[in-house]
Amino acid sequence: MFRFVFDRDTWQEIFSSIGKNRLRTIITMVGVLWGIFIYIALSGSAKGLDNGFERAFENVAMNSMFVWAQQTSIPYAGFKTGRPLQLKLSDAEILQQRVPQIEFIAPRNAKGVFGGGGSNIVRGQKTGSFNIYGDFPVFTKIATKKIYDGGRFINDDDITYERKVCVIGERTQKELFEEDESPLGEYIRIDNIYFQVVGVHKFVPGGGFESDSDIYIPFTTYRKLYNTGENVDWFSIAAYRNVDVLKVEEDIKTTLKRVHKVDPEDERAFGSFNLGEMFGRIMGFAKGMTFLSLIVGIATIIAGVVGIGNILLITVKERTKELGVRRALGATPKEVRSQIILESVFLTMLAGIVGIVLGAGLLAGINALTKDMTDFPYTNPTVPIPYVIGALLIMVVLGLLIGLIPAQRAVSIKPIDALREE
Amino acid sequence: MIEINDLHKSYKMGSNVLHVLKGINFSVKEGELVAIMGSSGSGKSTLLNILGMLDTMDTGTYMLDGVPIKNLNETKAAQYRNKFLGFIFQSFNLINYKTALENVALPLYYQRMPRKERQDKAMKYLERVGLRDWAYHHPNELSGGQKQRVAIARAMAAEPKVLLADEPTGALDSKTSYEVMDLIQKINQEGNTILVVTHEPDIANMCKRIVHLKDGVIEKDELVNQVMAAEYV
Repeated sequence: MFRFVFDRDTWQEIFSSIGKNRLRTIITMVGVLWGIFIYIALSGSAKGLDNGFERAFENVAMNSMFVWAQQTSIPYAGFKTGRPLQLKLSDAEILQQRVPQIEFIAPRNAKGVFGGGGSNIVRGQKTGSFNIYGDFPVFTKIATKKIYDGGRFINDDDITYERKVCVIGERTQKELFEEDESPLGEYIRIDNIYFQVVGVHKFVPGGGFESDSDIYIPFTTYRKLYNTGENVDWFSIAAYRNVDVLKVEEDIKTTLKRVHKVDPEDERAFGSFNLGEMFGRIMGFAKGMTFLSLIVGIATIIAGVVGIGNILLITVKERTKELGVRRALGATPKEVRSQIILESVFLTMLAGIVGIVLGAGLLAGINALTKDMTDFPYTNPTVPIPYVIGALLIMVVLGLLIGLIPAQRAVSIKPIDALREE
Repeated sequence: MIEINDLHKSYKMGSNVLHVLKGINFSVKEGELVAIMGSSGSGKSTLLNILGMLDTMDTGTYMLDGVPIKNLNETKAAQYRNKFLGFIFQSFNLINYKTALENVALPLYYQRMPRKERQDKAMKYLERVGLRDWAYHHPNELSGGQKQRVAIARAMAAEPKVLLADEPTGALDSKTSYEVMDLIQKINQEGNTILVVTHEPDIANMCKRIVHLKDGVIEKDELVNQVMAAEYV
């Protein structure tokens, strides 16, 4: 068999017999070609979408959430309804103890985010109003902050010594500094207090309400500056990767209600926004797309291969006499069968490879067109090589199987009947 | 070369059984040129098909060059056909998308002969039928007589023991028919055993022996004075 497959004459036979009717061969091939093209284009796009979402959310932990305090809506333990609640720094420790699924918890304060103006920032002649955040270093574990070369985010010593240091945004830098000026080590005035710039963070879109002009200062410095004491505006919380974020969210709220003496039934006392759940949905969508593309692709490939089988069946019928002559001249049934199966496999393979190349071309084209569109979640559309090889393999196997039908038909006719055929 | 004893063959046509060959006893020696004659339905084509291992017999024995031809499966039959027999058909049966040379080389391909050797040999036989210059033409560029000559070259290429010709001149005009018969006679003179099925008396008379078949039995088996086709060409 190997000798047969690698024999030059075998291929010459195949080429001449499929080259005999070029138009039909091409139209047949288009069936499979289209199938694999659709498969590659779809699954590549699904992957691109997947990558796009990944990129959009890469700066935020996938299973994170925000929790903030609101007002009670049910009277409880002697308190009247409508009591305003305030998160405290101590809540963080309690939560970490009672809800073991929490990996990181970052208490945060902000000025200028939830109503009220930002802070006045002054540097020399330049001024501006920007949002100020009081943060712990652990915040970067939940929402990755890309810091430009040479800079850093707030560290533990900044917290301990209540240092007056800040991390500014790209836009802040543009507005307060000259273009060729390095802001690192320079001082800016935040609400009349001098802060040293230790880093510039790169803005990545898609991460909630943060912007490219935010200024981060140590939490401890913030509370001293704005006299917030133990108060916390909200918690940013990241759960461990493999836990149910909805359950964690529920546990956190229950714990907070107990600590703050709120009715366990009170749904409005604490607000929360669960990024994990949202990510889960989006990622589920992307996964669904991948799965859908797989199903659609395979279905189209099967349809194409069946088309090849169909055409070969017609071809065999047309070639009945020729095959009869071949057998009269000494072609064994095995040789006739092998030739037809090989034709089928060859057509399928060729169509498949052309389809893969065209599909890859399309993906490359789309990628080039969407490269600069940062708000469009579509990055680096690829189809993993094992999937491509798998698709090719499926096609070869299907081509082989579908080729068996015409091949069997070709040898099932006795040579004498084949010769009589007009 | 060919030994046939008490050969019977019948076909089932629905509920009827058509007894086509009713006990044929027949032998052919090496170097003979035998015509099998008979009207249509006499069983001459069936006999040729059985001789050519394209069809099976019901009862009887068939020896070809000392080899019993019996209970062959398709693969074995194909190999025997390739080794022992060369076919010449009424409708030439050349493969349209192959050149004359490739057509002639086809039986050699199934003998697994290396490519170069195969082409040289095919070219040699094309030359013998006078079509060397047409080697790279496709059948549709050839005349009927040329096609049949290519077919004869193809039949001879594998150097078979016996050439079987089924109405080789049936699709040709008389002038071309005589040319083809002239070629067959020449091949026979070189020592090849040839069986020709025909219903044309003039063609049959160009053979050395005529076997008359009627209603499935041999009516007459006679040696004749061979008419040389070259006289008419």
